[in-house]
Amino acid sequence: MTTHVQDFLAQARVVTRDLRHRGLIQTALRKYETARDRKKAAFNDWQSARQAAAETKWDAINHLDTYLAEFADKMEARGTQVHWAGNAAEAREIILGIIRSKGARSIIKSKAMTAEEIHLNDAMEKAGYEVVESDLGEFIVQLRHEPPYHIVFPAMHLTRDDINELFQKELGSASTREPEELTMIARRALRRKYITADVGITGANFAIAETGMISITENEGNARLTAALPKTMITLVGIEKVLPKLEDLALFLPMLATAGAGQTITGYNTMYGGPRQPGECDGPEEYHVVLLDNRRTELLADPEQRDALHCIRCGACLNVCPIFKNVGGHTYGTTYSGPVGSVITPHLRGLQDWKHLSGSSSLCGACTEACPVKIDLHHHLLRNRRNAAFGEPSFFERLAYRLFAFVINRPGLYRFAKEAGRLTEPLQKLIRNTPLDPARAWTGSRDLPPMPEQSFKEWWEERR
Amino acid sequence: MTVTLFIPCFVDSLYPGVGISMVRILERLGHRVVCPEEIACCGQPAFNSGYWPEAREVAGPVLRRLQDAEVVVIASGSCGAMLKVFYPQLFAETAQAEAAKALSPKVWEFSSFLADKLGVTDLGARFPAKVTFHDGCHGLRELGIKTAPRRLLEKVQGLELVEMADAETCCGFGGTFSAKFPMISTAMGEVKCAGAAETGADYIVSNDSSCLMHVQGLLSRQGSPIKTLHLAEILAQR
Amino acid sequence: MTGREKILGRIREALTVPAPHPGAHDAHGGQAPHTSFKGRPVHVARGWMPPGGDTFEEQVVRFRAASTELKTDFRFVGSRDEAFTELARIRDTEGWKSVATHRAEQPSAAAASLGLPVIHTDEGYDVDALESCDVGISGCDVLVAQTGTVVVTNRSAGGRALSVLPPHHVVVATRDQLVRDLTAAFARVQETYGTGYPSMISFITGPSRTGDIERILVLGAHGPKKLTVLCW
Repeated sequence: MTTHVQDFLAQARVVTRDLRHRGLIQTALRKYETARDRKKAAFNDWQSARQAAAETKWDAINHLDTYLAEFADKMEARGTQVHWAGNAAEAREIILGIIRSKGARSIIKSKAMTAEEIHLNDAMEKAGYEVVESDLGEFIVQLRHEPPYHIVFPAMHLTRDDINELFQKELGSASTREPEELTMIARRALRRKYITADVGITGANFAIAETGMISITENEGNARLTAALPKTMITLVGIEKVLPKLEDLALFLPMLATAGAGQTITGYNTMYGGPRQPGECDGPEEYHVVLLDNRRTELLADPEQRDALHCIRCGACLNVCPIFKNVGGHTYGTTYSGPVGSVITPHLRGLQDWKHLSGSSSLCGACTEACPVKIDLHHHLLRNRRNAAFGEPSFFERLAYRLFAFVINRPGLYRFAKEAGRLTEPLQKLIRNTPLDPARAWTGSRDLPPMPEQSFKEWWEERR
Repeated sequence: MTVTLFIPCFVDSLYPGVGISMVRILERLGHRVVCPEEIACCGQPAFNSGYWPEAREVAGPVLRRLQDAEVVVIASGSCGAMLKVFYPQLFAETAQAEAAKALSPKVWEFSSFLADKLGVTDLGARFPAKVTFHDGCHGLRELGIKTAPRRLLEKVQGLELVEMADAETCCGFGGTFSAKFPMISTAMGEVKCAGAAETGADYIVSNDSSCLMHVQGLLSRQGSPIKTLHLAEILAQR
Repeated sequence: MTGREKILGRIREALTVPAPHPGAHDAHGGQAPHTSFKGRPVHVARGWMPPGGDTFEEQVVRFRAASTELKTDFRFVGSRDEAFTELARIRDTEGWKSVATHRAEQPSAAAASLGLPVIHTDEGYDVDALESCDVGISGCDVLVAQTGTVVVTNRSAGGRALSVLPPHHVVVATRDQLVRDLTAAFARVQETYGTGYPSMISFITGPSRTGDIERILVLGAHGPKKLTVLCW
């Protein structure tokens, strides 16, 4: 069995050398950056709007008990059944229980990262249900039996040719290179599914305490259809998605769209406050909301990193992350990839098993700069490293830093070390980039600068 | 004023020209330069790897030796951020917490010291070449330095400054990251070098020698004619 | 102990230690954002958002610009008759054969003016029949100048499916429904319904779209390929 870090390194070795992948992702994300910058410029004051969004989420998260209770009470008052799932297994059991009790057979899903988090599709398929992802990108990766590549753009690692080939093989469609035609193939394949599905499952972007509503952001209209046609609707939502007031969306909808996709506002932002009410002509007869903890409360208990729960899953930090761009979404091996994934996964799935994600960062801070709710992302990576080293320090690494401190604090020893480096330079050159080279991690792809005749300090001494 | 120069270990041993240039520029401007011999490293490698007690073993003496300095000027945005931004965190709730807080406002990255603190941008330098500037991430995002190096470069005679695509994107050095995850670090560096090459620049210039060590290492291995140079070395040219 | 009590208990325990307010980690340089808020951040932030226009004329200009960018067919005309003439023109160009709408004054009048077979969703409908309609004509609650958004609810727009199932969605609106920005739109919705909200409120901006294939824009991913807003 390999460990998560070995998987990560092996996968990273492959993807970083894959120039096709590099080109595809760089091009896609350059397009995103151009669009985002244009939309940011339409704000009168983007930085202050970020601060307002961060303050709103701070209020929500730091009074989560009150707002969550209010949300559930308001939801229940209008006939929604609210369920509380402590962990992934409980959430799966609750959802499977609802499906069983309805005698359902087919399920239509709109995009939900929480469903990925609890491996819901696997569980439903194992229980014998037909599950269809309706978001185009999710539909594509589902056909490939892959997890989504990116939390917002699930199929961004694929070209139209990849998708054409996939559709020909899996759907028997005619060959085409036109994105429009490919989209229409999916549209036709999915239309019947909406109409015949017994249960619709969605995620949620926000949960509004004041009015007892969830809000779903999407561009395609697939969530709208998922919430309109099946007789039973289920929404799985993380407890951190709460916002205090309905009007807060006036701030969050544009922030989410701008930061996440470079749009002014996403195509459909829809608030659902219950099943079909008296006098309404359609919509589900039953509505269930499943609130998911799954160790979010452990992150909540860490005041230093509590702001990671402000995350609105816009994907902005992934889009600007040079690590993400070079290793790709699947290499992380986690539901939530990119900077925010590297921050929260150690909390959600164990620090020692996932600390390598916090290590695998140049700490450049592009993520923190991009985050619309001002999560201190790259500093949290540092904090995870600190916590990991404190919990289970590496013997050799600690020894190396102690030795380093011992030498650097003694000018005589430090001078000697420099001299030794200079004297052994010819030898170093001889073994450079061979298995004997202790600096091979560096010299495998990079030259080392030549050692100068005189160090700065020697020059300084001489001059004095 | 009396400027205490902080010359980080790798600048001292690998890029002495950077430190020498800084001394010359500061003295030309009429300041007294001191450079305490015992100070060699800010402790960032251990700190960034999570080994905070070991980082304090290095940083603690530095903090003591710098506490009476009037201003501390550093050749690197990264080491500058360590002293200015991260020391207060590293020493929080220790006996040196107050010292770390007191040091922070006295610390300046070199380009920002010239352009923002002293208000000097024209140093009479001459460097006839096409140059592109790489923003080191720590200088850019921890210290908020973006315009200072550019204002300085604009005043250099004969120098043509061209911006590369993704100038603000990390070059992939990242300290110990570059050795722990060399494949990712290298890929990032290749993207950076490609962006710089597109501009047709002769030199990639930065205010951080650590970024340049990584970028130059890649360029030399690729056999690229583009060279790297620290901002201070350009500003000292006559 | 119920699941609710367990989770709320864990939350209360976690919150016993306070967390710092956001912004503590901001970089030293650059322009500092506003950090003190008197009142709810969303109200203060209103002035920092993309503008919606102060006068009615400016708001029309904004709505039109957003519509053009998002490929919404926005037709602002002088009277209802003119709007229905526009509608007939679209019917002829697209060759509509059947229409879906709901029992509300303007939408059903608009549908009736077309002289085609009409389904009224609020009288009960067959999903396949609705799906095969060429166009769904609905009312709305608000038009938002700031973003080019149409706000509908299942009460103002004939249920949940009418505005997404047919391939073309036509919205009929009157000029008093145009508001400046999203904040005004939410206020209007809350004013209209009080606490008796419909079970669905949808902010629709442009026709259905996707960029999931190579980030290339395609309209009509699952919902309508066309969105027309007729306003008088």
